[in-house]
Amino acid sequence: MTDATTAAAPQPPARSLTREIWGQFRKHTGGLIGLCVFIFIVLAVFVGPYIHTIDPNKIDIRAKNQGPSVLHPLGTDNLGHDMLAQILAGGRISLAVGITAMLLSLVLGTLVGVISGYIKKLDGPLMRLTDLFLALPLLPLLLVIIMLFRDTLRAAFGPETGIFILIVFVIGITSWMHTARIVRGDVLAVKSQEFILAAKSSGMREWRIVLRHILPNVMSSIMVSATLGIASAIITESALSFLGLGFPSDFPTWGRLLFDGANFLQINPSRVIWPGLAISLTVLSVNYLGDAVRDALDPRMLKR
Amino acid sequence: MKKLTVFLASTAAALALAGTAANAERATDGDLKILFWQAVSTLNPYLSGGTKEIYSSSLTIEPLARYDQTGTLTPWLVTEIPTVDNGGVAKDMTSITWKLKPGVKWSDGTPFTAEDVIFTWQYCTAPDGGCAQKAQYEGVKSVEALDPTTVKVTFTEPKYYPYSAFVGAQSPIIQKAQFKDCVGAKAPGCTSANFGPIGTGPFVVKEFKPNDVVTYVANPNYRDAAKPAFASVTLKGGGDAPSAARAVLETGEFDYAWNMQVEPEVLATMIAKGKGKIETAFGTQVERINLNWFNPDPALGDKRSTKEAGPHPALKDPAVRKALSMAIDREVIDEVGYGEAGKPTCNIVPAPDIYISTTNDWCLKQDIDGANKLLDEAGWKKGSDGIRAKDGVKLSFLYQTSTNSVRQGTQALVKDWWQQIGVASELRNVAASVFFGGDPASPDTFQKFYADVEMYTNNFDGTDPEKYLAEWLCDKIPSPANGWQGQNIPRYCNPDYDKIVAELAKTGDLAKRAELAKKANDMLTAEGAHIPLIHRGQPSAISNTLAGVNMNAWDSELWNAADWSRKK
Repeated sequence: MTDATTAAAPQPPARSLTREIWGQFRKHTGGLIGLCVFIFIVLAVFVGPYIHTIDPNKIDIRAKNQGPSVLHPLGTDNLGHDMLAQILAGGRISLAVGITAMLLSLVLGTLVGVISGYIKKLDGPLMRLTDLFLALPLLPLLLVIIMLFRDTLRAAFGPETGIFILIVFVIGITSWMHTARIVRGDVLAVKSQEFILAAKSSGMREWRIVLRHILPNVMSSIMVSATLGIASAIITESALSFLGLGFPSDFPTWGRLLFDGANFLQINPSRVIWPGLAISLTVLSVNYLGDAVRDALDPRMLKR
Repeated sequence: MKKLTVFLASTAAALALAGTAANAERATDGDLKILFWQAVSTLNPYLSGGTKEIYSSSLTIEPLARYDQTGTLTPWLVTEIPTVDNGGVAKDMTSITWKLKPGVKWSDGTPFTAEDVIFTWQYCTAPDGGCAQKAQYEGVKSVEALDPTTVKVTFTEPKYYPYSAFVGAQSPIIQKAQFKDCVGAKAPGCTSANFGPIGTGPFVVKEFKPNDVVTYVANPNYRDAAKPAFASVTLKGGGDAPSAARAVLETGEFDYAWNMQVEPEVLATMIAKGKGKIETAFGTQVERINLNWFNPDPALGDKRSTKEAGPHPALKDPAVRKALSMAIDREVIDEVGYGEAGKPTCNIVPAPDIYISTTNDWCLKQDIDGANKLLDEAGWKKGSDGIRAKDGVKLSFLYQTSTNSVRQGTQALVKDWWQQIGVASELRNVAASVFFGGDPASPDTFQKFYADVEMYTNNFDGTDPEKYLAEWLCDKIPSPANGWQGQNIPRYCNPDYDKIVAELAKTGDLAKRAELAKKANDMLTAEGAHIPLIHRGQPSAISNTLAGVNMNAWDSELWNAADWSRKK
């Protein structure tokens, strides 16, 4: 750490931390491509419907099972829904669910992980709580949660928002455990290093130590679980919809489109390829993005 | 009339017999491969109500009489169908006498006698037995043997349709010698008997792996020396409907697969390979949308969808109920989801032929303008959001069904049409195991009906609709008091209807019965207890190399497996 401070000293003060991180990030080619693809998907999904204006739920039964055409660039499904419109609408829901649920599980997981790693007294109880959540059978839990809260949330927020809140909550609450475990392990390792001892003996407050010294050092593992979290949240949401526990069937999501298209693989392979590609590209780009951000945020690499 | 049809059926059967017997010999056609994508868990149909168990056991054990593919009763282990005319049924309808075919043997070589028939009744009605087919023996006071080949069944009160005990695949005869120590609470424990019942049918169970595969070999003691043509049968379970269809139609690995609930265009691509075909038997299944006559508002808590909740604020208006039906294009639903396996219908009793009514056929043609006009006249005015409302009540419905891609497709279509007449709908699909599970603690069962409208299929067993029509009686409404067990799901209640059904139960004459059944059926559709959509068939995939299959919706699909053979 001593040579790190000497290395940082000659730098001109104009070069801020953000710029430095960005500079580090740019060196990661995969990350840059991932960022571009992710931005493209987000833009397409949110701006696309203003360009391709067909209503995703419009049924045109005469135009069912069609191949790509000018009117329907990705063809139509067996009810005559426009596939492009469905994928764009589905992407909005899938991305929103994926990112929100990931953030929720990330916050929960990091909180539990850092606390149990840093405060020895709470380590035991919190890790047993994690065990408890890991041992919970997911499906019965979901059934109970949905049975208890569906009608209340539906009355309070309407059918769409209500089910959105419910699904994000359900996915978030059932997927934070792995993040917590990983973060705790990393915190334990970082905690025993000399610079933490130095910070402590210099009289730094505990929460500042956590924020300034521990979190940046465990950021890499948090980023990795975040990127994986988005992927698994998108997949979990589709499984829920498939079981009838998720969004109503007239709300397309990527996972639902994939499930619905599976039977039509022979007649119309594009029904599976496009939603599948959308999920894969999102997951892959987010993974690379996370990789690059981790490298850029890693204090050791930053100060090299 | 009945006598004539029985006579015709038996001549036809005799002709068919003569036709195949000329060139057939027992056990010369190798192995018959059947695929049931829901695996078989037991071979004793008395311990499981599942269709797959009833069908798979029908290869070994047989009833006294069966329904053939037209729904006509055909003598099977008896010499003739007892009727009032031939003296088999008592004039006061309190007893029926069956004359067993002489010389029939069990597959172990012992003779089949009246004692076995009596035992079957005792087995199913034994206390603590949990017999799944108890309903077949309802109203039976006693079963006695007049001599070794004559059985007399006496009823507690006059039974105008006496053909339910020992008739059809649901109540086959089991061997007394094999099952005598398995009566009552001991029944489920008799694994070797339940997994390999000795029967009079064309095949004998050789090996049974529960939930996986059953192998049968030809019965050496089968009553027709020339049958069955196949030496063995392999009945494999597991997978799903599309992959089962593929195994028969596309790869030709199997000869027969049952219950092909697959989108028509998917099946069409498989059939194009030329290895097999789909055959559909039309029974009495009707896909319908039930309308809730009681208020399901969640704000009412536990009272919703019960009498205490009061009538439904919007659906109590007959104009709304009729408009909902008029807006639906049944042809399109059929084309998208069912194809060959369904036809549009406006009846809740869609078969047999004598019960088919044409009174409500107005509903077969979609009439969006008419529906709009009807709602306008009834005072439902469109609001700024395009949704009709009257006195603060909006035409916005929660529309639930089970999870199944065909049903979700139908939901999307119906939602679109209802939108065009200013009716909003919110779709919900519930996993089939929950929806049909009947758990009184779950709010999502079709019996609780915590929704405005819901869609599913129901049917009746056999060919007589009396019991089925009695499901819409006022006292059959599900409620917490009866553990949500009533079958009157729409909560329809009309004293006039109750009178018609009561009369039906007291009428013996077939033509009169048909007339009353039609009247009851028309009343239900006209008053809007439900919206019938599709008369569903049972589609099965059959290999082109298989001959003799005669699809039957009234009995087991494998009812005539003895006549099946390999095309040369």
